[in-house]
Amino acid sequence: MHPALQGLLTIVIGVGSCIGYFWASNQFLDRVLFPAKGPNAGRNINRANMIRPWLFLFPALFALSLYLAYPVFETLRLSLTDRDQGGAFIGLANYTQMMGETKFWEAMGNNMLWLIVVPALSTAFGLLAAQLTDRIGWGNVAKSLIFMPMAISFVGAAVIWKLVYDARPPDAEQIGVLNAIYVSITGNDPQQWLTIPFWNNFFLMIVLVWIQTGFAMVILSAALRGIPEETVEAAIVDGANPFQIFFKIKVPQIMPTIMVVWTTITLVVLKIFDIVFAMTNGQWGTQVLANYMFDKLFRANDWGVGSASAIVIMLLVTPILVWNVRQARKEMR
Amino acid sequence: MDNIAGHKSSLTWAVHISVVLLVALWLFPTVGLFVSSFRTADQIASSGWWNALFPTEQSLTLRTDSPEAQVQQEGVYVLEGNLFAVEGRETAPISSFGVSSRDISAFAPGDTAELRRGGTITVQENGDYRLVSEEEIRGGRGARIFVTAEIPPEFTLRNYDTVLGQDVVKQLAIYIAAAAILWGVMRYTLASQPAIVAQGAPVVGGIVLLVLLAATFGLSSGAAEGAQTTDDMGRAFFSTLTVTVPATIIPIVVAAFAAYALAWMDFPGRALLIAFVVGLLVVPLQLALIPLLKLHLAIGIGKGYLGVWLAHTGFGLPLAVYLLRNYMAGLPRDIIENARVDGATEFQIFTKIILPLSFPALASFAIFQFLWTWNDLLVAKVFLIDATGQTTVMTNQIVELLGTRGGNWEILATAAFVSIAVPLVVFFAMQRYLVRGLLAGSVK
Repeated sequence: MHPALQGLLTIVIGVGSCIGYFWASNQFLDRVLFPAKGPNAGRNINRANMIRPWLFLFPALFALSLYLAYPVFETLRLSLTDRDQGGAFIGLANYTQMMGETKFWEAMGNNMLWLIVVPALSTAFGLLAAQLTDRIGWGNVAKSLIFMPMAISFVGAAVIWKLVYDARPPDAEQIGVLNAIYVSITGNDPQQWLTIPFWNNFFLMIVLVWIQTGFAMVILSAALRGIPEETVEAAIVDGANPFQIFFKIKVPQIMPTIMVVWTTITLVVLKIFDIVFAMTNGQWGTQVLANYMFDKLFRANDWGVGSASAIVIMLLVTPILVWNVRQARKEMR
Repeated sequence: MDNIAGHKSSLTWAVHISVVLLVALWLFPTVGLFVSSFRTADQIASSGWWNALFPTEQSLTLRTDSPEAQVQQEGVYVLEGNLFAVEGRETAPISSFGVSSRDISAFAPGDTAELRRGGTITVQENGDYRLVSEEEIRGGRGARIFVTAEIPPEFTLRNYDTVLGQDVVKQLAIYIAAAAILWGVMRYTLASQPAIVAQGAPVVGGIVLLVLLAATFGLSSGAAEGAQTTDDMGRAFFSTLTVTVPATIIPIVVAAFAAYALAWMDFPGRALLIAFVVGLLVVPLQLALIPLLKLHLAIGIGKGYLGVWLAHTGFGLPLAVYLLRNYMAGLPRDIIENARVDGATEFQIFTKIILPLSFPALASFAIFQFLWTWNDLLVAKVFLIDATGQTTVMTNQIVELLGTRGGNWEILATAAFVSIAVPLVVFFAMQRYLVRGLLAGSVK
């Protein structure tokens, strides 16, 4: 069968069976199990209302548990076993093996670098763009253009930036804009930007900063608009200059939002895979954790070490997870 | 509030200029890709895309006519013609030419050069040449002549023909124009109808017409050139679409019911469940790859569309439940309680009241999930793409092109642009909902 037809059929079956399930189970509950009539009508309604939430929740809870909660524990288990020995328990051997690999430490180091640079730059540029575009008439157009890279896939972005970083032989005309500028200013030979050790990490990070700035800008711009006008007016009356207003009045008031933006981008950075995979594939000292894990799992077929590195990513995410859950619980009260 | 006091006009100009610079900086890389996708390979290789509108100095390798065309004049053999005409090119002013690949600009136009295989050749500035030889000119093909010429800017749709199949862009443009006209007409005639009909029906009508036209007349008048890379891109486009649509719609349905229960039903453990969903929101999907692949292989789903649909559904659910619950919890309590008092069942309340009112949140999530599944590489690589290479997605196809055709920017740029065109259209059309979803999803 043609995949497009298959897809259409899946939508119909998927959506149909979901709605069918909800409808039928509700009918069953109300008509058969606890009918709202007869001698026990009142008690039946109460009982039905106790069960109904779980009918509504069941498919989502089942999928969430199976696709996200269970894998966390299964990965943990896999990281403690050896596939070659038929899944025998080997304790922390996978972890010690991983710790002994230079590639792992390279990935850890690079990830830390990404964690510092990308959220900081994205938030800073986002804040700058939000503040500047809020003050001008065509700000919305400007915003939507800066926001646009959000819609572009990491792989698409990788191609876009590879063109920017492209290098031709020294005597040829440069078609990568970075080398064209570099050669015309310094007169040196063009550089293979993505192969320069250490600094190539930054050329990869720029791609993610370019994508995430729009996100930071949109959120921070909403926060800036939420600042009470009185505080700004009072500062103006007191003779504060625009820079003081921005840094001393506005930024402190939107600090919680800046934190949210920062942590959200941090999460993206921890999982960053596609950009590195498409642009350098971890060569020339640009390895990151997610790509290291992918290498282990699907190239080396080493599920033990691959799972161990996935657990490392999970551990790095955990503080944010705890913080998020706390925030959510605080709000509920 | 900025123009109350302390407002300096010089600063306003500084703001305008900085924003222009910022936007230019952010737009520049994407425009580069877009422009490059319409340039010929020669043009891309010889000048940066920012020079696309200016004539470029290019080195070309041209050939004289084949020796069959030679004539015998006054005891010598003569071959005459125009170098550009041989290849069907536009003529361009030649600044120098050469007969050996080692020195491609040895002679000025009008000079006479000695050919290695015997005879002499004279090339004029406009490409006219005259090859004179004492002996009969031999060989199957014409002599190679290297010229450096000022080539005028040239834009082409040929890259799209190569990547997707012939005339795709032309036919698609016609279909889209027809769909847009239908959209306009329906918009005009339905203007007095309720908003959902007036806005929804024209969009649906336009899309249906587009699909119908494409299905009846086809999307290309011929197969793509250079088979293996290309053919795949067209197929990958439809594979991506096949992955994306069910993976967007199914989680919405599942999540909407759960979100309603979490927002408006009272039961023990509700707070805990919400915390559970918030926690899952940040679990890296990297952890899920191996356990789920094992599970899929064990229960016989294997690698394929079904697996990737299920995976995307699972991974998209936390955000869906979270976004929808937050939105539904903010709906006015009165409406729901009135409906309960009037004897509506929970199922009716949900389908008749909550679902229509939650449209903005549903749209927000749908856009997120669409962009995420369309742009995804990792999930498709793990759950969809098997060793046979029958199924693929565009992101994967592009990564492979990067490996095999790293230098062919005309192919790469076009393929990449094809894959980002759809998200860009969705982005610009539905940006309002995207922003709303972002704000609801993260500012708390």
